[in-house]
Amino acid sequence: MNPLKKIKFTICFFAIFPLYTVCAQETFPKNDVADERVNAVALTHATITIDPFTILEDATLLLHDGRVESVSKNSDVPKGYREMDLAGHYIYPSFIEMFSNYGQPKVTKPPRGNPYVKREQVQSKTKGAYNPNEAIKSFYNSADYFFIDDKEAAKMRGQGFGTASIFRPDGIARGTAALVTLGKGTENNMVISPVVASHYSFDKGSSTQDYPISPMGSIALLRQTFYDSQWYALQTKRPFTDLSLNALIANRELPQIFEADGWLTALRADRMGKEIGLDFIIKGGGDEYQRIQEIKQMNAPLIVPLNFPLPFDVSDPFITQKIALDDLKHWELAPTNPAQLEQNGITFAITSHPADNLGGFLANLRKSVTYGLSKEQALSSLTSVPAKLLGIDDIVGTLKKGQLANFLVADGDIFHENTILLENWVKGERHIVNKPPATAILGAYHLEVGNITAELEIKIKNSKQVASVLLPNGNEHKVSVKLNGDMIFLEFETDNENKYTLAGWTDPSAADFTIKGEGTIDFKDSVFWKAVREKESDSKGSAVKKRPSGKLTATLGETIFPFMAYGTTDKIRPQSVLITNATVWTNEEEGILENTDVLIQDGKIVRIGKNIEAGNARIIEGAGKHLTPGIIDEHSHIAISAVNEIAANSSMVRMGDVINSEDISIYRALAGGVVAAHILHGSSDPIGGQSALIKLKWGEDPETLKIEGAAPFIKFALGENPKRSKSAPSIRFPRSLMGLEQFYTNAFSEALDYKKGWDGYNQLDKRKRKSTPMPRTDLVKQAMLEIVEGRRYISCHSYQEKEMLMLMDVAKRFGFTINTFTHALEGYRIADKLVEHGIGGSTFSDKWNFKWETRNAIPYNATIMNNEGVVTAINSDSRETIRHLNHEAAKSIKYGNMAPEEALKLITLNPAKLLRLDETMGSIKVGKSADVVLWSAPPMSIYAKPEKTIIEGAIYFDLERDKILREENVRERARIIQLMQGDKTRKTAERKISPIKPEFHCESLGMEQ
Amino acid sequence: MRKVNTISLSLCAIFLFYVPGVLWGQLSPKPAGLQSEPILLSGGTIHTGTGEVITKGLLGFKEGRITYLGNMEAKGSDFDEYRIIDITGQHIYPGLILPNSLIGIEEISAVPHSNDKLEQGDINPSIKTVFAFDTGSSHIPTLRFNGILMVESIRSGGTISGTSTVMELDGWNWMEAVHKNEAAIHLRWPSAFSSSYDTATKTSRIKKSTSYDSKTRELEDLFVAARTYNIGYKQPTNLKLASLQGLFDGSKTLVVHASEPKEIIESILFAQTHKVDRIALVTSYSAFMVRDFIRENNIPVILPPTYAYPRRADMAYDAHYKLPFLLTKEGITVALSHTGMLSTSRNLPFYAGMAAAFGLEKEEALKLVTLNPAKILGIDARVGSLMVGKDATLFVSRGDALDVQTNSLSLAFIRGKNIILDGPHQENFKRYSEKFGHGE
Repeated sequence: MNPLKKIKFTICFFAIFPLYTVCAQETFPKNDVADERVNAVALTHATITIDPFTILEDATLLLHDGRVESVSKNSDVPKGYREMDLAGHYIYPSFIEMFSNYGQPKVTKPPRGNPYVKREQVQSKTKGAYNPNEAIKSFYNSADYFFIDDKEAAKMRGQGFGTASIFRPDGIARGTAALVTLGKGTENNMVISPVVASHYSFDKGSSTQDYPISPMGSIALLRQTFYDSQWYALQTKRPFTDLSLNALIANRELPQIFEADGWLTALRADRMGKEIGLDFIIKGGGDEYQRIQEIKQMNAPLIVPLNFPLPFDVSDPFITQKIALDDLKHWELAPTNPAQLEQNGITFAITSHPADNLGGFLANLRKSVTYGLSKEQALSSLTSVPAKLLGIDDIVGTLKKGQLANFLVADGDIFHENTILLENWVKGERHIVNKPPATAILGAYHLEVGNITAELEIKIKNSKQVASVLLPNGNEHKVSVKLNGDMIFLEFETDNENKYTLAGWTDPSAADFTIKGEGTIDFKDSVFWKAVREKESDSKGSAVKKRPSGKLTATLGETIFPFMAYGTTDKIRPQSVLITNATVWTNEEEGILENTDVLIQDGKIVRIGKNIEAGNARIIEGAGKHLTPGIIDEHSHIAISAVNEIAANSSMVRMGDVINSEDISIYRALAGGVVAAHILHGSSDPIGGQSALIKLKWGEDPETLKIEGAAPFIKFALGENPKRSKSAPSIRFPRSLMGLEQFYTNAFSEALDYKKGWDGYNQLDKRKRKSTPMPRTDLVKQAMLEIVEGRRYISCHSYQEKEMLMLMDVAKRFGFTINTFTHALEGYRIADKLVEHGIGGSTFSDKWNFKWETRNAIPYNATIMNNEGVVTAINSDSRETIRHLNHEAAKSIKYGNMAPEEALKLITLNPAKLLRLDETMGSIKVGKSADVVLWSAPPMSIYAKPEKTIIEGAIYFDLERDKILREENVRERARIIQLMQGDKTRKTAERKISPIKPEFHCESLGMEQ
Repeated sequence: MRKVNTISLSLCAIFLFYVPGVLWGQLSPKPAGLQSEPILLSGGTIHTGTGEVITKGLLGFKEGRITYLGNMEAKGSDFDEYRIIDITGQHIYPGLILPNSLIGIEEISAVPHSNDKLEQGDINPSIKTVFAFDTGSSHIPTLRFNGILMVESIRSGGTISGTSTVMELDGWNWMEAVHKNEAAIHLRWPSAFSSSYDTATKTSRIKKSTSYDSKTRELEDLFVAARTYNIGYKQPTNLKLASLQGLFDGSKTLVVHASEPKEIIESILFAQTHKVDRIALVTSYSAFMVRDFIRENNIPVILPPTYAYPRRADMAYDAHYKLPFLLTKEGITVALSHTGMLSTSRNLPFYAGMAAAFGLEKEEALKLVTLNPAKILGIDARVGSLMVGKDATLFVSRGDALDVQTNSLSLAFIRGKNIILDGPHQENFKRYSEKFGHGE
């Protein structure tokens, strides 16, 4: 916050403090005689929580003109104060909602069609001197557009909120939030501070511009934009005006809040923030408990929702099978999220966001306490924590002197069941939230109506008044009771079916508590009546009794890694293993060794031979089984949240930014003997994003999946996809192979110019450098430069020989080598040239004829390339095919008679070479990483099953454990479904099922999972 | 295994010289002429497709029909007129049958005008696939190369897509290649549910499809009309109703496509109510959930490839690998089909191989792609297994035809016609191997 603004505000406030109430604003024109009233109130004999750790009983709160004057044990009411006796009542500072869209214009997202088949929108459509990307809306100030929404404000007050930091949820940079109170009156009085925080997300909101369409694109855009803002800020003579960058620079010191929808996004945002020097406060998804250690390591404050899922409808046994274990477990464990955050010492505020979640907020807060959250933390997370995070703790958050008189009045401890929130005071203005239940009239009465007498009893049942009359003859009749303000209405019938409808009121002058009034019998004969209370109700006590929320007695399920079916409670760890008497396919000169032992220690292969001493290693009997190096997939799109970005040159995006560790494809690929995969960007762009190399360490977090020190790769794509051949309306350059050639030539030329610019600048002496504008950091050109300088390797999606030859020509001109043609379906036609240029080929075994450019593919492609000496791999590009790459390799035995040993290399050693992993992977050799598979039969046979898939000495897939995990899955599902069936909470009218995760292959679009 | 391969390689060379028309220059291989002389395949292991295995077998055929099936030891002297082909060490299988395919009517899925599978209207029982079937499809040689000698083809759209045809994969034109002109009517049962994804809560909601009842009622009306068509008096010509008659007299199979358990149960009950004689079900994993119902009603099932990705994360990794085994164990007749990229339908034998790797006995697995689809399509009197009197539609493989690394055909016959196995893929292999001097 701008300190100047704050001071001004404070001065201004104290200037008016002694004179006027906060309701009036003296700058407004009057249309009446003056009617200013002093607002001075004393709330006495209440239990007052000043802050979560300071509670005074039988205390008095004095407030004057919207501010707290004091909270003390002194019950003397100063003169001129209106006294309200709140004996038996509790007062709390009202809650602060720090992640709210209250009072902001609605955001309409444009319909997003298939971005593959449309007329592209490359440029921003925002009019004015703003950022070239429409999703950078940093210029937006929420205060400028704020309006009071009485209905919404009442709802928020009803759940205990008095203050909100509001922003408009639109764009990747969303501009600033304003701090407002949730009262009635004028906007001028509600806005406490017009600028309190800056907001961000990965969601481009209303932007119609194509870029970005993926979370990795959003990350790249934010990175580039922040580098731009730094560069722009340094320019003494700005070459242009960008109001969005101006705003980013101006708001840099505000609290920076990032909206994530779950822990996975939170980790991504945090990593990106640290890269560009922003410490984000992260709004989470309520699932942080699933990866609490990783969340803790972020060391970032959180804002978490209490969005506990409703139970699923489990009445249809077939449909119930569509509910995934992770959704079942999340239903059970989500209420523990706040408690787990507290136990792990993580700073967090609580939010009621999104607004449709608001109605159940208090109930969920109490539920959190039942599930282990301390009351102090619950209160802090709604008062002092958000106040501190927003830098407004001198204004709201406690009931200390000088704070805004924003507080709650409840008829009991707010965390107790049945406690009713009665009032929510905003800036000293009293708002009734709920009426106290009418307990005053409960009791046993002697009733006289006309000429009959009866005993009337009014009780409370299920928080409703119920009554009955007992006639002298001993017959009992039900009475309907209704209260309306000071009036009470009774209806009943007597034995002879006379209908009595009575209206009455309490008689203030009667000695005993008396209700009296008038009414009719059978809707025609008027009658007088009177009921005198003889005894107060016995049930009165229990009706209003506040029970502390219970502690959870049931044992909850455990968190598993990953948080889904086939996850395990303990992460899988490396062990020392001796595999004995196996047939070992070494992929080395030794070839295939019979009856051989392999010793694995510390994640490495340490000995290969006969009769090796086990020592303390676990022995795995390998007789009759085959041990091979683990399979490596050169071309995969599993374990990511999106695949394609849309800029023609998308080299600034990184697949490593969107790794998703919670993908069952990882486990299933392990079950097919795969240990590592090259995670590529899709093929929608001539220059795609940077790849990630991962090992399939099931259960580990995204960062741990990445192979440390792996060589940097990037995806290129040729052919129909980047040319948008199937999109008639496309206007994106390039549309032809000729255009592609120019596109690449231009990109590499620009990279060299970029280098020249920086080199020139870096060579200047200090003095000159000061007077010379620094060149701009350009993430695209940086990536291009890495390629030209041989520091980043291309794996290029390609089918036809002519396009491959073109790119080879471009690379030759710029003096670098293409690493791999991936797919390379016509590679067999230019195998000699691939060898000459030192380019590898990674291909499908037998896919062809699925689009025009694949009509010349033959299943002998791998064999011919391999025979010619091309480093040849067979890849999957499919989450299904990755599960049986050994069969795909075996097709080279069928088509072209390759030796089985060579065929195995197509999916192990050769992809290791192509991915520059062969130092540590791809063969069974002492010193290499223990990434191996134990097969039940010769690995090229269709009848062979992986029994154990080992990565760095840890058994990530084990056929025996798989059986146990299946049984556990069945048991755990049954346990939770049983709980769900017993849950009386409202169930959704439509049945909820777990969504099916989309598959990504080259041509998928950038939708998020 | 290697030994088998070397022996058979030399055999292969012999046949390449023997077979006329080697030079076809990327054209589809020339269709074979009718069987001109009786042939006796001698010394191979015969997998009859009925579960039986005959080692050191003899299989004779004449004028397109199997005339002899037995063991070498029982060989008499009646084979003088037969040309004897020694296939010692090799295996004989019935020609594989690919049901529910797009072969012949789809060429390159992404090139719309290369396909012939669109039609106006939703209920089209009377349109017949056979007229659109292209025997020159470039997919055909690649299927034959792996042992697939017959297909059933049907387009993919519509509630009633049309009438499928069973084709032999050799012939100058459809008239010469047709095996069963009108094999099955394909009914794609309406979806009972619709689900929508809510991005805000990241959940899917499933609800009853609003059009399900009206669509099923429409089918009800159609079938009632068909059953009363021309009963008692001559009604105005209605090609649709006329084409449905084959369902009631058993000449056509009703192949019902249904995915959810509710849809399976309601569609089968529907077909039974309307006295459909031969019913088959195209479905996937749901079949396992209602296996008792399917068994009790004796409904054969056509499954997607075993190489299928289980839709939900909670499903076992081998859910589809094991499905044929689990259903067969229940006594259900199971056939395998292909879905997805058309060109990989040539992997049909390996879908059966996977079923064998995951529980099914190998000869049972063979039935999934031979006898069982033949039964479903009502063509088992002539094809699907090796029996005297049946068509000589069979192939010889140097190794286990269900395993990728050993599926290697040396000979194939369709109705006794000795068909050419090599196609443009093999020609390209030779051409470029020669260019680079490989294997010299």
